[in-house]
Amino acid sequence: MQRFTKIVAAGIVTTSMSVMAGFADTVRIAFVDPLSGPFATTGTNGLAEYEFAAEELVNKKGGVLGGKQFEIVAFDNKMSGKESLIQVQVAIDQGIKFIAQGNSSGIAHAITDAVNKHNRRNPDNRVLFLNYSAVDPALTNEKCNFWHFRFDANADIKMDALTDVMAQNSDLKKVYLIGQDYSFGKAVADAAVRDLTAKRPDVEIVGNELHPIGKVKDFTPYARKIIASGADAMITGNWGADMVGLGKAVIEAGFTGPIYTYYAASNGITRTFGEAGKGSIYLVAEGLQNPPVSERMSTYVDAFNAKYPDHDISQARITNVVEMLAKAIDEAGSDTDVVAIANALEGMTHDSIWGGKVFMRPQDHQAIQNVHVGVHTDEDMRHPLDNSTFGILGTNTVEMAGAESETTCKMDRP
Amino acid sequence: MELVVINIIDGLVTGLLLFMLSSGLTLIFSMMGVLNFAHASFYMLGAYFAYQISSITGFWMGLLIAPVIVGVGGALVERYGLRRVHQFGHVPELIFTFGLALLIEELVQFFWGKNQMAYESPETLQFAAFAIGGNSVPAYKVFMIFISVGIFLGLLYVLTRTRVGMVIQAALSYPRTVEALGHNVPLVFMGVFGVGTALAGVAGVIAGPVLGTFPGMAVVLGSIVFVTIVIGGLGSLWGALVASLLIGWLTTFAASYNVEFETILKFFGMEKPEIMSESALRDIWTLTLPQIGPILPYILMILILVFRPNGLFGKRDA
Repeated sequence: MQRFTKIVAAGIVTTSMSVMAGFADTVRIAFVDPLSGPFATTGTNGLAEYEFAAEELVNKKGGVLGGKQFEIVAFDNKMSGKESLIQVQVAIDQGIKFIAQGNSSGIAHAITDAVNKHNRRNPDNRVLFLNYSAVDPALTNEKCNFWHFRFDANADIKMDALTDVMAQNSDLKKVYLIGQDYSFGKAVADAAVRDLTAKRPDVEIVGNELHPIGKVKDFTPYARKIIASGADAMITGNWGADMVGLGKAVIEAGFTGPIYTYYAASNGITRTFGEAGKGSIYLVAEGLQNPPVSERMSTYVDAFNAKYPDHDISQARITNVVEMLAKAIDEAGSDTDVVAIANALEGMTHDSIWGGKVFMRPQDHQAIQNVHVGVHTDEDMRHPLDNSTFGILGTNTVEMAGAESETTCKMDRP
Repeated sequence: MELVVINIIDGLVTGLLLFMLSSGLTLIFSMMGVLNFAHASFYMLGAYFAYQISSITGFWMGLLIAPVIVGVGGALVERYGLRRVHQFGHVPELIFTFGLALLIEELVQFFWGKNQMAYESPETLQFAAFAIGGNSVPAYKVFMIFISVGIFLGLLYVLTRTRVGMVIQAALSYPRTVEALGHNVPLVFMGVFGVGTALAGVAGVIAGPVLGTFPGMAVVLGSIVFVTIVIGGLGSLWGALVASLLIGWLTTFAASYNVEFETILKFFGMEKPEIMSESALRDIWTLTLPQIGPILPYILMILILVFRPNGLFGKRDA
């Protein structure tokens, strides 16, 4: 027993020493996303991507400000808005200046609100919100603020690229829209209706519905309805288990047309679709890995997969978040003056690992970058996903997508 | 019309799958008087074991072996777990099964990770058996129907026509008398628990490729299984069958017809409010039937509990 106590005591001393060391010379980024529960897969995958990016792209190159290392500190928000706010507060109390979150626009809304309030009340202790995945357009429009930066293309920009590709398909007559019943699902549906009626007025939207998020056990009845509607293509913003369930049910029910998606890859999805989804599942995203754009990119992906065999680079933009933050800190000459760092991020142009440039638009803090449409296949796969032979192969690219898109953002600057 | 026929078939598949889970649960309840919270976890274990076996030897060996492993595991849980807890009363038993459910979920995540497994139906069954109005029915679903009906008939035969079945039925109602007549009642209990969990295992094996094999699969089905046996009547095999089919069809039809509440409210002569965001009933006006589909079984359960507390075929109080 005494021995045990000694070990514990020694453990406590060492951990507190390493925490102290942590305070001294690292730039800490709080990663606030689900690390337990049904959406844990997405969260743990994102955490691995952050840790790898910080290590490879910053720390191994000498860190920032002449030697400070990046450190990713993980906080489990259990996919709940309330829990996220608690975790953000804990992070701020620990003196962390950068909050990274991405899964669920609902939670991003809560965090951007909380960060905005915190910064107004505590001008001496401000923090930045690095949104790397939540794509509800409102976050860079009516709900925008100076402290929020979005590194993914928003739902409108992605839909614009997707419908550009769809508009070229002259066989398209009837389209079915289906999504999860929350702010992002609604945003996707609205954008699809708006863009399709503008670009292809002859295409009929034969269905537009939202299903409960994470509650549908069997998507077969939905698949039946979609086929009975006579649709020859469908669009969905579904992710996680809802994406697998819907896709499998629809293909099994005999649907042969293209299925246009936002998130039908990685985290077991690619492996589950396998042969059945070949050539019929399309995906819109930034930073596709096939065909590879450069040797540097391929080396990076291979190194990641060697270190984390169970994960994929499913959110390529995370490298941009890390690299751009490092650049902004160096430019500002400080890792605590977040106003200077935010000013450096604004209008920054960055050469992405994934090819092309990323431009952080100053008026709404929306990153403008190349957006690709790819297809699920096993042909020409340099970087397959999910330890399978399948992956996403790019078919179309929109250069600097949404650069001209309008924004209603009017932000107060400090 | 074609959509109705296809929905009847789909609902039948869902219902029969639910039946395989609820039949085991309802037998275990009527026997031991304890609600086995871990029942859906055995269903999950069935799917994972079958996935593991099928990756080595193919689907069919998985279908044979996985339920046996799950059943033996269930029997061991009864023998060395539940039986010891039993003497302390029902509440410890409930807590035991609840803890077991959590433990199994963590173990599954520990060994297989959090991702969905690529557990596929056998290639010999990966074709469309037939199609109705462009909607194809996979051969695998036809196979599911035959397996479940076969199991139901087999169970019915064993329980009502064989000597073992009579002993089980007697042990359910008068355990002391049966014991006095020289039968080994604890062995009967262990056997029924094993068979019940094995049935859940079979359900997992055949549902895994369709509904997905992932650590949340037990939670997703867990609550609906309890609803089924409450509606059917605790302890009744026929009740479990009728309630399962009822829930299968209810959820299938609800998800497949986009009936808007707007039309229903207008039918009753209500005016649609001009400014929806100001209206107190705005959530009801914008609802559609597929959105409330998942809660319909729970509404049905409440109605049954109010008007027929024993359930449709139940003979005794819960």
